[in-house]
Amino acid sequence: MTETALLEVRRLRKVYDGHGRVVEAIGDLSFACAAGELVCIVGPSGAGKTTLLRCVAGLLAPTTGEVVLGGARIAGPPAGMAVVFQEYGRSLFPWLTVWRNVALPLEQHGASRGELRRLVDDALAEVGLADVHTAYPWQLSGGMQQRVAIARAIAYRPKILLMDEPFAAVDAQTRADLEDLTLRVWRRHGVTVLFVTHDIDEAVYMGQRVLILSSSPTRVIEDVAIDLAAERDQLATRSSARFAELRSRVYEQIQRAKRARGQAGEGRS
Amino acid sequence: MSRALRTLLAALGLPVVLFALWWLVSADSKSFYLPSLRAILDTFGPTWSERWTTDVLPSVARLLLGYAGAVIAGVALGVPLGARPRLRAALEPALEVFRAIPPPALVPVFMLLFGIGTPMKLLVIVSGAVWPVLLNTIEGVRAVDEVLSDTCRSYGITGVARLRVLVLRGASPQIVTGMRQALSIAIILMVISEMFASSSGLGYAIVDFQRAFSIPQMWSGILLLGVLGFVLSIAFGVFEARALRWYHGQRRTHREDG
Repeated sequence: MTETALLEVRRLRKVYDGHGRVVEAIGDLSFACAAGELVCIVGPSGAGKTTLLRCVAGLLAPTTGEVVLGGARIAGPPAGMAVVFQEYGRSLFPWLTVWRNVALPLEQHGASRGELRRLVDDALAEVGLADVHTAYPWQLSGGMQQRVAIARAIAYRPKILLMDEPFAAVDAQTRADLEDLTLRVWRRHGVTVLFVTHDIDEAVYMGQRVLILSSSPTRVIEDVAIDLAAERDQLATRSSARFAELRSRVYEQIQRAKRARGQAGEGRS
Repeated sequence: MSRALRTLLAALGLPVVLFALWWLVSADSKSFYLPSLRAILDTFGPTWSERWTTDVLPSVARLLLGYAGAVIAGVALGVPLGARPRLRAALEPALEVFRAIPPPALVPVFMLLFGIGTPMKLLVIVSGAVWPVLLNTIEGVRAVDEVLSDTCRSYGITGVARLRVLVLRGASPQIVTGMRQALSIAIILMVISEMFASSSGLGYAIVDFQRAFSIPQMWSGILLLGVLGFVLSIAFGVFEARALRWYHGQRRTHREDG
């Protein structure tokens, strides 16, 4: 496992120390992702999921421990990594058109004009937005904005794609479409995906593995292999008996994590 | 186009009414100091066609140069101050003091240091018009969205590219607000700087006419300043509508959603 791992998180710990209050967001967290895997991270709210993702993205320095991507320790946002944030409305540049938003990271890294045009057009077509190149992000619905963010990530051709509760703010129907879109993108590009969510069903439906996090100080409670058929389907997969089993297993663990926090809280006070 | 036309008509409506009133009320004026609008307009053409290159153009050139200097200085200082809380905390008290000094009070000082030529006049304009640009730039840069900032970092957009793509564009609504305030301040200071020990410019011409008791000519200068301010404000409106199209569009969308 360690040998072939693309991403390794080793004994990560993150403590926020400010205004005389020390908050241990992440206790001791280790896991690894193989190249091409789709790993979901699920945990109760306030489990430091976003903190973990920001550490992996190189946007936040861990207090101790390290994140290793492709053999190199992450000390800042690494090349070959794209992040899709939850707040789609705030992660697209409102002063750039959809096309320019997708093109921007490539322009910065010196893509040739022809290559740029091809990559951006393809990425937008892939997310079903071939016809809105000249629109501004704020002229689109939330789901479409998140598609633009996904297109920007694909066009960048990352080795690893981090997604931080990307569909938490869209309606259920759009959400199902975006989940399937993400699965298609993952399969087609063979990109490694780390998908953070608070939605247990989403984690089980999307993932090859689901990492269950405890409440903070966070660690990994369980690493559940999702042995569902590779080809997922919103209706068939979600109504299968195995899906229900896996779902309740994850659910129980999260409930246990929440109870543990409740007791710990009482113990402290 | 029709919308621009309607905006122009709406902007012109009240001034036209006021001018008509002025015309009617002053028509039979016998007062030496308050001549009829007709007398003022009669002198307008001859007066300013003669002084176009000696007074009007130099004034406008100084105004635009000083204004450009104020905008560039305000943005160039505001970006690092907005981005660095410590620097801001260190410099804020000093800035408050300097800002509190009325720029006309600096005219005698600048005259001693830089003479009575164009550099002094430009400095007077810059020293007053820089503040709204500077303070608004600081606020705008401070308010740059964190998620956008993270997006830039994770895609490796740093340094000058980040400044161009994220910081200046993100702060542009506030910067433009500051620029609009700075424009009216710059006009005022342009006139004031020309009223002291000067030999050309609109401010000088108005004082000169007053001293020579050329009262209709004096009034025509004031009228010309009004027209100049009006034209510049229209031009600024066009610039703002273009530069901030995304911002106004986004705000309209949010209002409709909310």
